[in-house]
Amino acid sequence: MALLEIEDLKVTFKTADGDVNAVNGVSFGVDAGETLAIVGESGSGKSQTAFATMGILAQNGRATGRAMFDGRDLLTMKQGDLNKIRSRDIAMIFQDPMTSLNPYLRISDQMAEVLQVHKGMSKRNAVREAAIMLDAVKIPDAKNRITMYPHEFSGGMRQRIMIAMSLLCQPKLLIADEPTTALDVTVQAQIMDVLSDLRRDLGTAVILITHDLGVVAGFCDRTLVMYGGQVMEEAETGALFKTPTHPYTKGLLRAVPRLDRDDAALQTIAGEPPDMSRLPVGCPFSPRCDVVMDHCPTVRPPLETEGNRRRACHLSADEVTS
Amino acid sequence: MLPHAKDVESVGEAVQLAEVQGRSLWADARTRFFRNKAAVFGLILLVCVAIFAIFGGFFTQYERDVVDFSLMGANAYKGVPSFETGHYFGTDASGRDLYARIVQGTAISIMVGVVGATVAVIVGTLYGATAGYFGGRVDGIMMRTVDVLMSIPFMFVLILMLVIFGRSMFMLFLGIGLISWLDMARIARGQTLTIKNKEFVEVAHAIGVHPLKIILRHIVPNLLGIVAVYATLLVPQLIIFESFISFLGLGVQEPNTSLGALLSEGASNMFNGTIWQLQFPLIAFVFTIFAFFFVGDGLRDALDPKDR
Amino acid sequence: MLSFIARRLAVAIPTLLILVVLSFVLMYAAPGGPFNSERPLPPAVLANIEAKYGLDQPFWKQIANYVVGVVTQFDFGPSFQYKDRSVNDIIAQGFPVTLTYGAWSFVVAAVVGISLGAAAAIKQNSWLDYMAVGFTIGAQVLPNFVMAPILVLIFTLWLGWLPGGGWNGGQWENLILPVIALSTSYMASIARITRSSMLEVLNTNFIRTAQAKGLSPSRVIFRHALKPAMLPVLSYLGPTFVFMITGSVVIDIFFSTGGIGRFFVDSAFNRDYSVIMGITILVGSMTILFNLLVDVLYAWIDPKIRY
Repeated sequence: MALLEIEDLKVTFKTADGDVNAVNGVSFGVDAGETLAIVGESGSGKSQTAFATMGILAQNGRATGRAMFDGRDLLTMKQGDLNKIRSRDIAMIFQDPMTSLNPYLRISDQMAEVLQVHKGMSKRNAVREAAIMLDAVKIPDAKNRITMYPHEFSGGMRQRIMIAMSLLCQPKLLIADEPTTALDVTVQAQIMDVLSDLRRDLGTAVILITHDLGVVAGFCDRTLVMYGGQVMEEAETGALFKTPTHPYTKGLLRAVPRLDRDDAALQTIAGEPPDMSRLPVGCPFSPRCDVVMDHCPTVRPPLETEGNRRRACHLSADEVTS
Repeated sequence: MLPHAKDVESVGEAVQLAEVQGRSLWADARTRFFRNKAAVFGLILLVCVAIFAIFGGFFTQYERDVVDFSLMGANAYKGVPSFETGHYFGTDASGRDLYARIVQGTAISIMVGVVGATVAVIVGTLYGATAGYFGGRVDGIMMRTVDVLMSIPFMFVLILMLVIFGRSMFMLFLGIGLISWLDMARIARGQTLTIKNKEFVEVAHAIGVHPLKIILRHIVPNLLGIVAVYATLLVPQLIIFESFISFLGLGVQEPNTSLGALLSEGASNMFNGTIWQLQFPLIAFVFTIFAFFFVGDGLRDALDPKDR
Repeated sequence: MLSFIARRLAVAIPTLLILVVLSFVLMYAAPGGPFNSERPLPPAVLANIEAKYGLDQPFWKQIANYVVGVVTQFDFGPSFQYKDRSVNDIIAQGFPVTLTYGAWSFVVAAVVGISLGAAAAIKQNSWLDYMAVGFTIGAQVLPNFVMAPILVLIFTLWLGWLPGGGWNGGQWENLILPVIALSTSYMASIARITRSSMLEVLNTNFIRTAQAKGLSPSRVIFRHALKPAMLPVLSYLGPTFVFMITGSVVIDIFFSTGGIGRFFVDSAFNRDYSVIMGITILVGSMTILFNLLVDVLYAWIDPKIRY
């Protein structure tokens, strides 16, 4: 049985200009200890999928569908029960480390309260534990620096602190929402190393949300591609990279700079990212698809399982790859 | 008592953001303003109040300063508001037509507010923009001065000045102007600091445009949004401020009057059974203040649409 | 922290001196002395009186004497109108009254305003929020000089529940109406500022982090949101206290409470300059003191401020 099973998740935001459907019926599962990448452009609904799972959507947002964790639905759970799962079983780290830590509290307080609340530890023991965790994410002189405030750390250091804080209770699942996007390239690699080491040591399942396919390749077992709030394609990472069977996946991969080949010019996907309040009824990618057919904008292609792969396209896999 | 600086500052950010995104800020703002019911209501109310203040005098046969001696001592039953006598709002304690006096009081209060706010905004913007543009030591000295001035209890100094130099409209304007430009200067400086680093200012600087010209041509226009909002919110505050001074009997002098003076009179006579002397000035006061606040708030939300 | 306070004081003291000198110069520049009345005094008598108050001395000596007196002994000199009373006597009589209802008003405005604003933000778009927003909008047109007559009209004239004036040694019946009149509009401002700043904080990323950590809503608010949300409110509280003292001129006149506001306005009409100056300087130093206090609190809450 999967650790987390998302079924037909929909997220809607009420705005002054009408409802915006950020996620339109997404389903996927994550097994214990597995790493899943969710890939897509900004506005593809990948972050909102994660927020809905954690129950931290913005006030005007509403999630429907099911998010089964340990046989219980996170979406309909009482706030108090959900709080017992957050951080203890499912933890999350965010895109912007500069603003994700409370600037008015010491790192020691922010980290210790996780253990105090979830494990009932004393403050003193909790701080000691937290310092050990900071050591593990390679923060130098963790014992002394733990009493500092967030603004005294660099962005990369703060993301390490976030990772350390999220893993304090050794959760079964970690959701990492673009953990490296806001950081320098050299720092990105370090953060991914830290994440990768800890994941192996603790056996934590990870959902890595990113738009950077380069990060995915070395880290994730499986990859899920989203566009316009819907799943386009899902497969084992290696297979997906080798033979993308969806026009959008193909486009994404073509847009990755390659160092090993110098003949191929870098290509971009034509058109703008989707306007979530005006999506076509059919395939959301149809306005930008280079192999679009007449019925694509009006008939939504079903997400079909083909062996180890799931894909949503009116063309067959062979037609796309050829 | 003055508009809260933080509320206004984000308007500046929004204006600059719009500039960057190349949206037509003012057209967007107009659409948003007219979609905002409270703002439209405020605007209509403001127009009505203005019409009342300007043309209200034509609709009564009485002058504001003519005393009806037949009412002396009999105010409570002879001076009641009535259409028959033509004293729509009744008479005041001296037997003068209250309607005519409220028309004038409203006009003077609005004038004090508008003139005071205009002076404050012009002085404050130029001062703040200059300090922010030059930066360094000039900025340090100029803003330190503002800090020092801010910790002076101006209400008391103003009263002191009114007493020493005599009560006059000029003194009132001077005093009000002295108080209210300080916040504007701070806001303008903060905004200028961010605008200063924009390419168009740097280019102007690089090709040797005179600093004064840069401030007037490039920086001040970019502050217009924030200035408009601040000024609109400042007007009602200054009306309240003037009313406060007039309430103490130190503001506008007889036979002229303002809403504060009328409120004061009405309040001191309310035990004499002439409740209308408090009631009508109060209504005029509330309408005027609300009108400006609603328009100001609407303007702010139109220029900086975010949830508050 | 100590050096931070010291540096702030280094700015505060010159400010105070400027205030003292400014008010003295204003008084000196006044056309006509304090003893010019409709019935001119014989020159000999006038010279006598002026000598008594030191008004015959050159300007620089007068100002030096005044400043030294104020700074070293808190001595604001004699009153020009009440022959046997000094400015200090008048302040000693009126200031405790003003401070009593001023402090009550301040506490009521701050406590109710902050709670209302925070509750409205936490329950955004609930009936509580709508009521709070309605109140903050409505109270904008209710400054103390409007509130005072309305309150007396309702509670004294119509209902007859509370006395319409008097001090009576600060009995609670005498305190209620002045405190409500003085605090209402500031309460509304504080509620409005708290609400918008709390809303802003509740939408920040670090609050989202706190929620994702599985903290209870009350812990998220009290431990994570309250401090940053209080910062803008704090900078408004300094001026508010001064407004409370300033508002005493209306309260004292309307409710006959006998605070310094009464003396201030009387002196203003009587040209009793030394009393006006004394009170102005007193309120000025309180302004400076409160701004200092706010700065210190600010630095204490916000770790990013270096002192």
